[in-house]
Amino acid sequence: MPPTSPQASGPVVKAVVLEAPDIARALKRMAHEILERNHGAEGVVLVGIRRRGVPLADRLSAEIERIEGVRPPTGALDISFYRDDIGIRTPAEVGRTEIDSDIEGRIVVLVDDVLYTGRTVRAAIDALVDFGRPRAVQLAVLIDRGHRELPIRADFIGRNLPTAHRESVDVRLAETDGLDSVSISEAP
Amino acid sequence: MKHLLSIQDLSAGQINTVLKTADSFREVGTRTIKKVPTLRGRTVCNLFFEPSTRTRISFELAAKRLSADVVNFTGDAKSSLSKGESFKDTAQTLQAMGIDAIVVRHASAGAPQRLSGWVEASVINAGDGAHEHPTQALLDLYSIREHFPSFDGLRVGIVGDIVHSRVARSNARALRTMGAEVVLIAPPTFLPPAVDTWGVSVSYDLEAVLPSLDVVYLLRVQRERQNEQLVPSLREYATFWGLDLRRVNRMRPEAVIMHPGPMNRGVEIAAEVADLDRAIITDQVTNGVAVRMSLLYLMLGGLNSDRDRAREAPARRATDPAQLAFEQAMAEVEPALG
Repeated sequence: MPPTSPQASGPVVKAVVLEAPDIARALKRMAHEILERNHGAEGVVLVGIRRRGVPLADRLSAEIERIEGVRPPTGALDISFYRDDIGIRTPAEVGRTEIDSDIEGRIVVLVDDVLYTGRTVRAAIDALVDFGRPRAVQLAVLIDRGHRELPIRADFIGRNLPTAHRESVDVRLAETDGLDSVSISEAP
Repeated sequence: MKHLLSIQDLSAGQINTVLKTADSFREVGTRTIKKVPTLRGRTVCNLFFEPSTRTRISFELAAKRLSADVVNFTGDAKSSLSKGESFKDTAQTLQAMGIDAIVVRHASAGAPQRLSGWVEASVINAGDGAHEHPTQALLDLYSIREHFPSFDGLRVGIVGDIVHSRVARSNARALRTMGAEVVLIAPPTFLPPAVDTWGVSVSYDLEAVLPSLDVVYLLRVQRERQNEQLVPSLREYATFWGLDLRRVNRMRPEAVIMHPGPMNRGVEIAAEVADLDRAIITDQVTNGVAVRMSLLYLMLGGLNSDRDRAREAPARRATDPAQLAFEQAMAEVEPALG
């Protein structure tokens, strides 16, 4: 990814932490961990949190199929209506929730790109239970950057990335951004 | 967006945002639990000075599905209005009660506009006289968009009592904003005098125009206006302007039939036509809830809502000497009150 020029008013990229092969390796390992924890893919549903959790859930599902020969169903969850900062922030663009498979009694693995304060995951769990009562909900994230504001932790982590509050972690994926990379940037 | 008083308040981009957000609320409406916690703690008042069951229930459901609290005020004989309370008094009462949004229907054009000047709450026009009905226009656009990929080049015929119709006014404006072509089709007595300023074409011949339309939008013949003698009789209206099966056969195969309801079966629409698959009248009703949820979400979920002003309020109070004196006095009295 080209580094941002210092003259630009946007954030300055400090380091590219993961590139495409690193992301692929991390997802492969996470797929193995999901299978190990759940003794296979039976009853597992992968639900991505919009936007970038959705392609990650699809990739994990494809990895699991490569390993186990069974492709777990996937879904997409939009959490806009469950946020706790409605009225504080201007509403972001709302996406569609698509959960076609029954989650009642299943093991739902929520998938997101970055775990930060934990508020997104809190909202996602609220949204999920409106669709049924899963047997268990687990959390898979590509990056855990710390700074939790709620008692939430991930079950499967691609990379722990300790950061400062003023820094931001930018995950780019081929499906949404045209390339795979994870970088840390900081406002000038 | 603070208020929605007229469809002219919205640009094509804003209309697209409302419709796109409504897509997500349409999905919520298909769930077993048709409710999201989005507007928990907000209060919406339906302030209806004209009877309207459909629109009021649609707004009430929309607010409740967003978890807002809803209060209904209907200006009937038992209400305070008959005791001499003015529209402004009612507005100020609602203001004092901390209402976040007021959905208002009034027989006078411009009433929502006046109301928006008296209250801090967001005001949504749910129909004001023969002026506007913007949320009806938005739900109609949403329903049309479900059947056609784009508004560009779409030809929509609005048929019937245009002169008394706020629906026709709002729809014609909204459709033009989105790039559609509008044809008003009515007997000359049902057309407003300044129709040439609307930017639409006019026809007096339904039969001739029907084959060129993508959407045939029928308006309710307002039986209560029959004493104005704008058409000789309902029977004559049905003969010349009503959509029956014979006329439906002249329509394009993909064209759809719409109606804002309630329908007069046998007058503007034949009973068997109302039940055709291409008559998307019940879809309009379903979409109405989703579109109104979208509007409430975008208006009350934004930065300019009352709740944010309330958050800022303590800071403002601290600098107001009169308020400080009042609070000091209360602080002295309250312990004594126990």
